[in-house]
Amino acid sequence: MSTTTERRASVAAAAVAVLLAACAGAPGSGERSLMSDNVDAAGTPAYGFGQPASDAELARFYSSLPDGRDLPKGSGTVTQGKAIYEAQCVACHGDNLQGGLGDRLIGGRGTLVNGDPAKAPVKTVESYWPYATTLFDYIKRAMPLTAPDTLSDDEVYALCAYILSRAYVIRPDATIDAKALAAVRMPNRDGFISDVRPEKFPPVSQTPHRTSTIPPPK
Amino acid sequence: MSSFDNRHERAASSSADARRRFIGRGLGLAGAAASLPFASRAAAPAGAVERPVADDPAKVPGYPLDDESYGARSQFETEVRQRYKTATPLSSWTFTPLQESLGIVTPSGLFFERSHAGTAVIDPRRHTLFVHGLVARPRKYTMRDVKRFPSISRLLFLECSGNGLTEWSKPTLPTVQGTHGLTSTAEWTGVPLATILKEVGVRSNARWLLAEGGDGAAMTRSIPIEKAMKDCILAYGQNGEALRPEQGYPLRLLVPGFEGNMNIKWLRRLEISDAPFMTREETSKYTDIRPDGKAVQFSFEMEAKSVITSPSGGMQLEQPGFHEITGLAWSGRGTIRRVDVSVDGGGTWREAALQQPVLPICHTRFRLPWQWDGKAAAVLQSRCVDDTGYVQPTLGQIIALRGLNGPLGSIYHLNAIQSWQVANDGRVSNVHHY
Repeated sequence: MSTTTERRASVAAAAVAVLLAACAGAPGSGERSLMSDNVDAAGTPAYGFGQPASDAELARFYSSLPDGRDLPKGSGTVTQGKAIYEAQCVACHGDNLQGGLGDRLIGGRGTLVNGDPAKAPVKTVESYWPYATTLFDYIKRAMPLTAPDTLSDDEVYALCAYILSRAYVIRPDATIDAKALAAVRMPNRDGFISDVRPEKFPPVSQTPHRTSTIPPPK
Repeated sequence: MSSFDNRHERAASSSADARRRFIGRGLGLAGAAASLPFASRAAAPAGAVERPVADDPAKVPGYPLDDESYGARSQFETEVRQRYKTATPLSSWTFTPLQESLGIVTPSGLFFERSHAGTAVIDPRRHTLFVHGLVARPRKYTMRDVKRFPSISRLLFLECSGNGLTEWSKPTLPTVQGTHGLTSTAEWTGVPLATILKEVGVRSNARWLLAEGGDGAAMTRSIPIEKAMKDCILAYGQNGEALRPEQGYPLRLLVPGFEGNMNIKWLRRLEISDAPFMTREETSKYTDIRPDGKAVQFSFEMEAKSVITSPSGGMQLEQPGFHEITGLAWSGRGTIRRVDVSVDGGGTWREAALQQPVLPICHTRFRLPWQWDGKAAAVLQSRCVDDTGYVQPTLGQIIALRGLNGPLGSIYHLNAIQSWQVANDGRVSNVHHY
């Protein structure tokens, strides 16, 4: 496990190592002494192209993991989120989060087991998404469609709060921050399984058959 | 759902013929065309320049060679990608016209597209790839840096895992462009991802790699680190030149054999982690609900699949007699070993010839001669086997295990045998026959 702090510390350690190695005139040797044994390929790079990426440069990127690691500081309330939603999201996702040009966001619980050939399962944040952290991640990087990556962290937390509240996942007076978001348990949290392919198919004779051939012209 | 606009082949070619006749009569000489360059260009098919056509091209000089040029296709070729009419063209996809495909390589201008926030326009001089996370040496690379590394080239197919999503419940789109046009093959050139991962020093607790695009969607997918080290490529070349913008210029990831959307375009960042990131595109999308309500996630490989590209839906066999049956087969798990073709809806099968060389994780062209008697209807099918022994299933076999789950319950990874019915008047249609 590696927290952001640990990762950033390792960046600093690597920088120190490079300096030490440079002083010693033995590229890579300093790194091996400072890097612990959990480094596979810490020796001298074969080519050394490119430049070190600094903390400051990497600060603009954060992809949160489901346990909340790397979620940024900040927070937002359901009430704040409602105002932002109505300004930024309503045109595509609808007054009642029912969808339109954009996906439907709420409802649909209980529709995933679907025996009805005429109806589709209703897949929404409420009914389908397994992790609330994904909501922050996706809104932050990709929404709104016509102006992505323009909302502040506080605004995105507030939108998460509003959508999760409308999905009856959190209380309407809730405040969402990094810790609270990672602690949210989504209704479909256990709804996913890993790939089961390649499948062992039953013989064709034991499977459904259908022929929709087109009759010959008169 | 079925708003995909199929242009009927015969109608298209007859209108093109009419246009050519008009141009030929009206502007018989090259000089006349030169005086009307704007109007003549407007009439040309996409990717072509309309030129005057002499009654006998052997009796006049052709148009002169330009000092500098890029090139255009013949004005008589009209095939284009067709967009599926999603609500917005910013998140949409276009289909490759497989019905006219020849051999195994897809022309770059006809390579299928899938983008989630339009096509990003990126100046390569300002593009940077960051590599960080569980690594000893976080680094950034300009495009010049990337191109300094030893390069490789490889022919690989890419297929959107949503290829065929309209075809689960009933035959829906009329042509092979609509039913199978989200697969294409190109020769890709770039740097093995493993080269750069070794440069940055991946830590022993690394398990996943996040790839992120520099487009408006900042498209992200988590990839197992074993796959990243095995055969992924940071590609900047496609079919002998730079990537097309819609294919991720200036840099994309290639994850051979895996779902198209994992081959992140406009690649700007790789983050190494000990767990998958559970991004939107690997949880709420690109997952499939089973009959028990559980959804299958991380369905990486595109399994063995084949389709007859000619004769195929929307075509018309003009007369009985010899017709070549030809098509494409591919497998994300390896190499196509065999393709069988049936003309009687799966009752009997004959082995097709495979165009050499047959390459792993690449379109494979098959061909079989056929005599059509012009009397009875025929149902044409192809069925492939890859070198893992996997046999392309019928739709019935897939439904028996995965269910249909209503319209759009099952969306992705439809690799069933496709059926084309040739009616006794020669008309070819998309049908279900399993």
